Amino acid sequence: MSFYTIKALVLRYLYLYTRTPVRIVELIFWPLVHLLVWGYLTRFLQQNVGDDFPHEITFLIGAVILWDILFRAQQGVAIFFLEDVWSRNLLNIFAAPVTNADYLGSTYAVGMMRAGVTSVMLAGLSALLYSFNVFQLSWALIPFVFNLLIFGWALGMISTALIVRWGPAAETLAWAVPFFIQPFAAVYYPVDYLPTALQWVAKLLPCSYVFEGMRDVLKDGVVNWGELGIATGLNVVYLAAAGVLFVRVMNTAREKGLLTKFASQ
Amino acid sequence: MEPPLLQVRDLTKKFGNVTSVNGVSFDIGDGEILGLLGANGAGKTTAINMVLGIVTPTGGHIEVFGKELMANRIEVLRSMNFCSTYTQLPGNLRVWQNLKVFGQIYRVPNLKARIDEVLEMLEISHLKERVSGELSAGEGTRLNLCKALLNRPRLLLLDEPTASLDPDIADKVRKVVKRIRDEEGTTILYTSHNMRDVEEVCDRVVFMHKGKVLFTGTSEETLHHFEEESLEDVFIRVARSGDIESNRERKEGGS
Ligand SMILES: Nc1ncnc2c1ncn2[C@@H]1O[C@H](COP(=O)(O)OP(=O)(O)OP(=O)(O)O)[C@@H](O)[C@H]1O
Ligand SMILES: [Mg+2]
Repeated sequence: MSFYTIKALVLRYLYLYTRTPVRIVELIFWPLVHLLVWGYLTRFLQQNVGDDFPHEITFLIGAVILWDILFRAQQGVAIFFLEDVWSRNLLNIFAAPVTNADYLGSTYAVGMMRAGVTSVMLAGLSALLYSFNVFQLSWALIPFVFNLLIFGWALGMISTALIVRWGPAAETLAWAVPFFIQPFAAVYYPVDYLPTALQWVAKLLPCSYVFEGMRDVLKDGVVNWGELGIATGLNVVYLAAAGVLFVRVMNTAREKGLLTKFASQ
Repeated sequence: MEPPLLQVRDLTKKFGNVTSVNGVSFDIGDGEILGLLGANGAGKTTAINMVLGIVTPTGGHIEVFGKELMANRIEVLRSMNFCSTYTQLPGNLRVWQNLKVFGQIYRVPNLKARIDEVLEMLEISHLKERVSGELSAGEGTRLNLCKALLNRPRLLLLDEPTASLDPDIADKVRKVVKRIRDEEGTTILYTSHNMRDVEEVCDRVVFMHKGKVLFTGTSEETLHHFEEESLEDVFIRVARSGDIESNRERKEGGS
C-alpha cells in the first residue's frame, strides 16, 4: 500500500467534486431530507404519544445521523469504483502501478471524507432544528462511528464485487446494498421488535449493536462496551471476508476480461 | 546478446470456448518498435491487455525487463505505459488535472514541467485548461498519448493510437513515436490498421490471424515473403484467407 498512490487517487476524487458541484448536492440533499422527515416525525410523536418515552424518542434523529455515516462509507467505496467505470478510466487505473490495497485505501479515505461532511452537517442541523445534541453519546460516539465506518467499507467492497461480477447492469446495487440490511439492522427500532429468526440476522450485523447501543446511551446513559466489542469482532470478520471477496472478484475479472468489457461498454 | 525487453512465449487466452490468442510468441528488443498487425478480432488488443496485466493469460509466459510479469506486476508497470482507443481519461477533469493525477500515480519527478513538455510534444498545450470530456476525439487521443508518455516509459504499448486522427495529426504522432524512441530509447509495441503507419514507424511486424502469429519480420522481409507490393496487400490477403504461403510456394506446390 502506497501513501502517494492513495493521495493521487483521492486527489482525482477531489477534482471531481470541485469540477462538478452538483455532486455535492447529492451529498447534502439526501441526508438533509432524511433528517427533516425523521426530525419532524420525532417532534410529532413527542407531542402526541404518552409521556412514557418522550426522551428516548429522539433516538430517531440519532439513527438518521449514524445510518448516514454507514451509508456514506459504503458509497465512498462503491461510487468511487463506478466513477471509474462511467468515465471509462478503469483500464487506465488498473494498468497503472496501483495495487488492490492502494485502490481500496483511497476508497476508504473518500468514504471517510464523505461521512465526515454529512455527519457534521447533520449533527449541526439536528442541534439547531431539534435541539438534539449528538455529543450526548459522549465517548461512545468514537466506537460507534468507527464500527459504522468499518461495516460501511465492508458493504462497499461487497457491493463493488457484485457490480464487477454482474456488470454495469447491477450498478444500482451501489445504492441498494445498505438498504437490503436496513430492516434487520435495528436502525429505527429495537432488535426485540423483530421476529426471533430475524433477531438472529440482526445479531450477525455489527451495525445493529451500534444502533442498540445508541438507544441505551440516550435512554440511561449506559454504554454497553461488551456489545461494542462483539460489533468490532464481527466487523473484523466482515472486513476480512469482504477484502477476500474483492480480491477474488478482481482476479476473476482479469481472467474473464471483465475489466476490459467494462471499459468499452 | 541483450535479453529482449519484452518476451512473450506461447501466450494463450481463452474466453469460455473462444480462443482469442493461441500460442503467440514474440520478442521486442530494447529500443525496437514492433507492429502488431491483424484483422479485427485477430487478438491484438487481448495480447496487449495480457502484457499490461489486465487480462490473465490462460497459458504461456510473459517477461518484461527480464522479470516475470505477474510476480512483479506493480514494479514493472511503473516503467511501462499505454494508450488505447478503448479508454479515456475522466471527462469531468481538466486536461492538466488528469495529467497531474496520473503523473502522481506514476511518481513522475518534476511533474509540472513534464506535463508542459508532453503537452508541447503532442501540440496540445493550448488545451491544458480545457475539460477533458469536451475535447474532440482526436484531441482526446492526443491527451491519452500525453498520459502514456508522462513517466518516460521504457516499454510503451500503443493500441491503435492513430485511429481517430486526421492525416496531419497522425503524421505528427508518428513523428513523436519515432522521436521518443530515438531520443529516449523507448521500446514500443504498436497496433494499427493503417499500413502507412506501420511502414513508417515499425522496425519489425508480427502478423496475427485468428489468435496465431503467421509471420514475423521486417517490412521488407514481409513483402518479400508474401511477394506482394505493399503491406496493405499482404494484410488483405492474410485477413481474407489466413494464407501464409507465399505466391512462390503456392506456385511450386501447384506445379
Ligand atoms: N473480455 C472478452 N470476453 C470474451 N471475448 C473476448 C473478450 N475480449 C476479446 N474477446 C474476443 O477475442 C477475440 C479477439 O479480440 P481482440 O479485441 O483482441 O481483437 P483485435 O485484434 O484487437 O481486433 P480489433 O482490430 O477489432 O481491435 C474477439 O473474437 C473477441 O470477441
Ligand atoms: Mg483491438
